[in-house]
Amino acid sequence: MTTETQTNGYTWIGKDLKRKEDPSLLMGTAKYTNDLTLPGMLHAAVLRSPYPHARIKRIDSSAAKKLPGVYAVLTGAEMAAIIGPVPCFAAEPVVEHALAVEKVRYAGEAVVAVAAESRYVAEDALDLVEIEWEPLPAVVDMLAAMQPGAPKVHENLDSNVVFDRTFTFGDVAGDFAKADKVIKRRLRWPRATAAPMETSGAICAFDPASGRMDIYSNNNFLNYVAWVIAAMLKLPPHMVTWHPMYVGGSFGSKHVLGKVVGIAGALSKVTGRPVKFMEDRIDNLAANDSHAADRWYDAELAVTNAGQFLSYRLHTVDDYGAYFMFAITGNTNMMAQITGPYTIKSCETGIKAVLTNKNQQTVFRGAGSDVGNWILERMVDAAADELGIDGAELRRKNFIQPEQFPYKMPTGNVYDSGNYEGVLRTALEHFDMQHWRNEQEAARKQGRYIGIGLATAQQRSTFSATEFWFHNPHPATGLTTTPESVRLSVGPTGGITVTMFSTFWGNSPETVVSTVVAEEFGVDPAEVTVNYDTTASGLPSAGPGGSRLTVMLSMAVKGASTKVKDKMFKIAAHLLEANPEDLELKEGRVQVKGSPDKGMTIAEIGMKAFWHKLELPADMESGLEGSFTADHPYTTMPNEDRTDLGAFYPIMGHACHIAVVEVDVETGKVEVLKFLAVHDVGTVVNPRSLQGQIRGGIAQGLGIALLEEVRYSEDGQNLSSTFIDYLLPTASEVPNIEVYHHVTPSPFTAYGVKGGGEGGRMVAPPAITRAVEDALKPFGVQINEMPITPEKVVSWVGKGA
Amino acid sequence: MEDQIVAVRLTVNGVNHRLFVEPRRLLSDALREDLGLTGTNVGCEHGSCGACTVLVDGQSVRSCLMFAVQANGKQISTVEGLASGTEMHPLQRAFWEQQGLQCGFCTPGFLMTAVELLEHNPDPSEQEIRSALSGNICRCTGYQHIVDAVKQAAQNIKAEVKA
Repeated sequence: MTTETQTNGYTWIGKDLKRKEDPSLLMGTAKYTNDLTLPGMLHAAVLRSPYPHARIKRIDSSAAKKLPGVYAVLTGAEMAAIIGPVPCFAAEPVVEHALAVEKVRYAGEAVVAVAAESRYVAEDALDLVEIEWEPLPAVVDMLAAMQPGAPKVHENLDSNVVFDRTFTFGDVAGDFAKADKVIKRRLRWPRATAAPMETSGAICAFDPASGRMDIYSNNNFLNYVAWVIAAMLKLPPHMVTWHPMYVGGSFGSKHVLGKVVGIAGALSKVTGRPVKFMEDRIDNLAANDSHAADRWYDAELAVTNAGQFLSYRLHTVDDYGAYFMFAITGNTNMMAQITGPYTIKSCETGIKAVLTNKNQQTVFRGAGSDVGNWILERMVDAAADELGIDGAELRRKNFIQPEQFPYKMPTGNVYDSGNYEGVLRTALEHFDMQHWRNEQEAARKQGRYIGIGLATAQQRSTFSATEFWFHNPHPATGLTTTPESVRLSVGPTGGITVTMFSTFWGNSPETVVSTVVAEEFGVDPAEVTVNYDTTASGLPSAGPGGSRLTVMLSMAVKGASTKVKDKMFKIAAHLLEANPEDLELKEGRVQVKGSPDKGMTIAEIGMKAFWHKLELPADMESGLEGSFTADHPYTTMPNEDRTDLGAFYPIMGHACHIAVVEVDVETGKVEVLKFLAVHDVGTVVNPRSLQGQIRGGIAQGLGIALLEEVRYSEDGQNLSSTFIDYLLPTASEVPNIEVYHHVTPSPFTAYGVKGGGEGGRMVAPPAITRAVEDALKPFGVQINEMPITPEKVVSWVGKGA
Repeated sequence: MEDQIVAVRLTVNGVNHRLFVEPRRLLSDALREDLGLTGTNVGCEHGSCGACTVLVDGQSVRSCLMFAVQANGKQISTVEGLASGTEMHPLQRAFWEQQGLQCGFCTPGFLMTAVELLEHNPDPSEQEIRSALSGNICRCTGYQHIVDAVKQAAQNIKAEVKA
């Protein structure tokens, strides 16, 4: 609703420009993966396991193969002869195949794939497949799975606890010894799923003549992981060309897509035809790489009676499901900001990752830092209650101060800049606390229950690759960069084209790129053309994710612009007989400082650069283009014993959310009456787009706080495999959220930009939880779990009353 | 089953088509695959997300819950029919101006639902807009920018009618 006007000194950065991406999306001409049909293309469908844990004794697919229109039927064993296991980024030996081999480990795991002339025929064929199963006892509850003697999900492992390590940062024991009080809570974060509106899919087109494969897929790490996927497909990476497609949302669920690409790729290799495999919604909810953190926490916060936070201890058990694709990334991620915006000197985090018979956990917007924020803010609220100090006051007392930046927090990560007190002040200025306290009191007299919740939390952005492996003493890989590149060219008539190697996944990369080009060249962003490139000519790119793309693209475009402008200045200086240092670029024209009539337009320079070689300085190549690969702006290595993880997520945003809810204690319904959010993500490139990201993120935060949970029955069946069972917020539940931007630029990035894509979802859950808890204060309710469903509210009220 | 092929006549965005389909063929598949109108996206195939919403004889319908044969003889409007040439429909323009979309996948469904709303109620309140849109799921925007866009489109249409 409200956006503060920025006066940041830029011409285009900070303006509410319309998005470049939108016209083709609005007119239905943008091509998503499922919109593409190639000549001769076949359609795949997959048969999924009805059992959470079972041995596959025999598969008879002979009848399916005979069905007219069927080109190939593959079992897991057959597919494993064509392609390798799905890429796994864990050091632990947990092997996953696109189709299960020998046994299935969760209900919904793929076992047979068919390629046929249509999806209808492919699904008909699946009905004809006969499988003889030997059901095995399933481990569904993570705590039960940890017990000695529990059935093993993977026989090659010693137990279902696939990772168990405690990290200690600073003098935790000493700081706890100094505490007047230790606040303790047992907290439960539920399994949610990204559920983008577009499911995952791939079209793989293998050419048996050349041995090359074209892939069209909504993977959003294409230039990051294509070489790994090529290895899975048993093809040399340079023989695989991966084409970027418009992506209908991801929220972290489309980073690799090994299973989807593997199924389409293997079927294409055996048929020699292009094969499309698009998940349907049940495929997606049951088996996509989008289930997220599912954790029990034992948390302890050491405090003084005056309200100073001294140290923080967290022990978590995390249900990873049946596989371990990203290892414990969701837990390492939150170590970037585990102590939040507060001056907590030391902390300890123990992590037990447990394998169970469920779909595997990967990442979802926030990637575990969403969880960390909720846990920490729950503990701060608990401390406020136990110490009898107002929540906002307690937070203010413990904030890192503006002059303390760059601030090294206990784990070794560095916070670049911030003004947490300023953000809180802005929030409270726009929120009439007294008015709402009065409303609350008046409502209680009528038997209505209104509550107010406030959260102040971090939103880290721009990850470094060290977070993928620093939890392991002997990492399998030790990647140390997350680059992003662009190629910028000026044509002979002055048109500027930028090629990206990242994809569109619902963010605004074309808008960001054209805005920064406009800023650098003094042209209208509408005149800038932005392209996506395939992996065949790909420069290094780690793609969108971890709120990095706006930061990294801004740096890359600025770098490429500098190269191109440097050449433009050399050409202009040569032709104008001036020194390059005496020139300036203003409103699309290179001119002599102080004599603006003496200059050349970008088009004039472009024409000379392309077609007037003899007028260029000697030894200068024709053409006018520059590529730039921006590396991570600030990252350092972890130390050997991992008591210091190094700087790995240093571009640190911050937000304050205030929620007001009304709880119907009869029905348990929670209604959000008001929601206010102040975000500080440094310099804002496009306030309206950022506002959209924040509001959308808050809607997802409201989802996990009140509605969303992937539930499994006690015997391991997924009970949330449709949108009728997995509830997403609609326009009826999400209020008109007030958004304000506070600006503390980053000292480490181009223009001071920080990433803001995940913040809404990362900060809203604790504010809503506290608001409900505040509403239910008369009943003595303490909330230690989400989602806060009507059933739970009614039961809490019943117990407390 | 394979021998049952039915001739169907559909008028889509004003163009007459004759298709030969199996009785089980979904309207969404007929539009997307047989007629190449891929602007209509399929999000769930069980009628709960609303992404595939099209208008059938002016009424919003989930094209994943209707068979092509059921649409025989009917007038169908899809997102591709909203613009006049390169000129966007007022709703499309307002969605662009208000940034009423992010990934865009649910957008055609929202647009068609909003077309139906404004047809029946040219001056809806915010509450009426939210209630009309509450059968469509958007995972990106948090809805407010969509609501703002529908409001703005309603105003623009009124202004254009007056002028």
